Amino acid sequence: MGNTKLIVTPAPHIRSGDSTPAIMRDVVIALLPAAISAVYFFGAQAAVSMVCSVAGAVGAEYIFEKIAKKPVTIGDWSAAVTGLLIAMVLPPHVPVWIPVIAGFFAIGVVKLLFGGLGHNVFNPALAGRAFAIAAWPALTTSGYLWPASAEGAIWAVRGFDAMSTATPLTLWKMGEIGGASMSKFYQSLFVGNVAGSLGETSALALLIGAVYLLCRGRISLRIPLSYILTVAVITGLYGQDPLFHVLSGGLILGAFFMATDYVTSPMNPKGQIIFGIGCGILTALIRMFGGYPEGVCYSILLMNAAVPLIDRLTRPKRFGEVTSRA
Amino acid sequence: MPKGSFRGGVHPPENKERTATLRTVVARRPSQVAIALHQGSNCPLTPTVAKGDYVRMGQKVADTDEKWGVPAHSPVSGKVVSIGLVRTASGVEDQAIFIEPDGEDALDESCVPVDNVFSRSPEEIIRIIRDAGIVGMGGAEFPTHIKLSLPPGANVDTLLLNGAECEPCLTADHRLMVERPRDIIRGAQIMMRAIGVSRTLIGIEDNKPDAIRAMGDAASSAAGVEVVAVKTRYPQGSEKHLIKSVLGREVPPGGLPFAVGVVVSNVGTCAAVSNRFDRGLPLIERIVTVTGSAVAKPANLVAKIGTSASDLIEECGGFVGQPGKIVFGGPMMGMAVSSVDVPIGKGTSGILVMSREESEDLKEMPCIKCGQCVDACPMRLEPVFLHQWSNAGLWDEAEAYHAMDCIECGVCTYVCPSRRNLVQAIKRAKFEISARRRAAKERGSK
Repeated sequence: MGNTKLIVTPAPHIRSGDSTPAIMRDVVIALLPAAISAVYFFGAQAAVSMVCSVAGAVGAEYIFEKIAKKPVTIGDWSAAVTGLLIAMVLPPHVPVWIPVIAGFFAIGVVKLLFGGLGHNVFNPALAGRAFAIAAWPALTTSGYLWPASAEGAIWAVRGFDAMSTATPLTLWKMGEIGGASMSKFYQSLFVGNVAGSLGETSALALLIGAVYLLCRGRISLRIPLSYILTVAVITGLYGQDPLFHVLSGGLILGAFFMATDYVTSPMNPKGQIIFGIGCGILTALIRMFGGYPEGVCYSILLMNAAVPLIDRLTRPKRFGEVTSRA
Repeated sequence: MPKGSFRGGVHPPENKERTATLRTVVARRPSQVAIALHQGSNCPLTPTVAKGDYVRMGQKVADTDEKWGVPAHSPVSGKVVSIGLVRTASGVEDQAIFIEPDGEDALDESCVPVDNVFSRSPEEIIRIIRDAGIVGMGGAEFPTHIKLSLPPGANVDTLLLNGAECEPCLTADHRLMVERPRDIIRGAQIMMRAIGVSRTLIGIEDNKPDAIRAMGDAASSAAGVEVVAVKTRYPQGSEKHLIKSVLGREVPPGGLPFAVGVVVSNVGTCAAVSNRFDRGLPLIERIVTVTGSAVAKPANLVAKIGTSASDLIEECGGFVGQPGKIVFGGPMMGMAVSSVDVPIGKGTSGILVMSREESEDLKEMPCIKCGQCVDACPMRLEPVFLHQWSNAGLWDEAEAYHAMDCIECGVCTYVCPSRRNLVQAIKRAKFEISARRRAAKERGSK
């Protein structure tokens, strides 16, 4: 026994067994219902789009890390998550090279140039989308075709053609639809039988994924709920139909899958609620008073920039700081 | 916050079933004991015996004039074979007195019970405790006489016994509470006398119903002594968290328990006090849980202080396969030792023998700021930032983020999905901050 070789490492000597790749994998699993519904509503091109953006993102990570002679980290699934999310926030009908380039930009510039996983300030997928839309506005905005299954739907205010590339929020922005109660649209918004970005239309599919993430403890309700409620309250106060605003556009996708991104959201419970409310205010303001019909992407990106400040302002009260003598 | 718990913490697999129901067994007499002269209190001791001397069991073999030091006693009768270096659990080599037992266990004449305990003054009781070499047996080895010597003006109303034993795998305190509840309560009564309180609460995690029952039965005949079941949640056995769970009080940052009217003592320490007053024995033995997947027959052994890990592991049937790590203490806060020859000390509650596979070092991945460490930190710190400041050498930032409040429980490292060694970085920051504070103080006093 005397010369047994022993390993010496600092405590603790056991770990929870959780891992970063497992977290990323859970996000991919949670996105599957939305991915499937995208293919159902928008056809095979949705699948092509998703494959392209994942390829662009993972490819960028591989190439850049090879060039920089750094360990290749595609095995942590994080680039795959970013890639999948990029396809989901782009219109379903765009030239295939757009998701590739958006994925490449998101990983190469927004993530790796800032230091790689954990160091990026902005949500890479949303920054990739913002980049694509700014670079090719015509190609991207024309991509919002309605699902074939929506033919003759209640949305046809001036004939189906007229709105063939107008999302529900665009129709609302143009004043085609509106008012305090738009209940007749709820059902198609909920299942996703409307025009919109590839993965954002089906609230149902997104919520299934969100429940999975909540059950697995990967996200908490703090950011999504404070975000969504804020949008509902503000739009409601302005005489709009709050539920229409919650179900339309990218709010549910953004609130559950983008705003909750660990790297680019606050660390503490209080900060997360402030972050969610901030996203909600910006989204509601952009929708109602801004130039765009939708504001989820820019709201989250703007709030991303505020995260270090929020973290600093919401530091927890350490144990014993409020001394209580019962 | 509901009573019985605190914010944060984790509940790792308990792995106590290997030894929880095993009665304690007196370990075989070792062929040699090594009494380290540098114990938990950081006061080096001076030997009071020399090489070649014959010593009796319970005889004092080393002492110090320092206020924070306590003497060491021979756990056996026999011959001092040498005074030389031994590798200790902390990894350094240190002076130790090596004693070879003669097999007689002849008791020293100083080892006589104390009569009329409750007519003695608190000062006298505290001095007897100090002279018996008693330190906190939960792991930190904080000198008990210091703990009981309250500063003037301290307003203490409760003695809180720590029977949480929140470290996975360990069952030493558990077995002590089941098998010797009356001794623990007797020791507590002596401590109550020493600090002048009339109430003792005993905090025990609710995963030990038999200990709760045994202690409750024993407490029912003792005035002012009561058992409180607390939630099984690591680090429930941190004294600050046990106070929070049992009494709802929070010790202020940098403060000690008496700041909220409490003195906390481990149940093992109480039994050691009873051993001294009722049986005349100084602190020369303790219960050690020898456990882990790489040891053949796990057991709760009553072992002489200074027995080597190899003696105890051999008594438990030796290794199963290749051992990876041997940890003194529990898996969350224990220290991995570099040699099987390391002797147990007064605070060694367990020897955990881990297999090669369990000992594999996990590769660190980048921090994704998931915040799990922040959620889990029982001190409500932000390990993620402390880790950053520490790695960047930003000690002022680390201090501003309250690095010194860290209790080193290891929860942050345990939960980190990127397997980052957060607590180690924070310990480093604490070390640097302390060194800088000391240096500033020295400059100030010049």
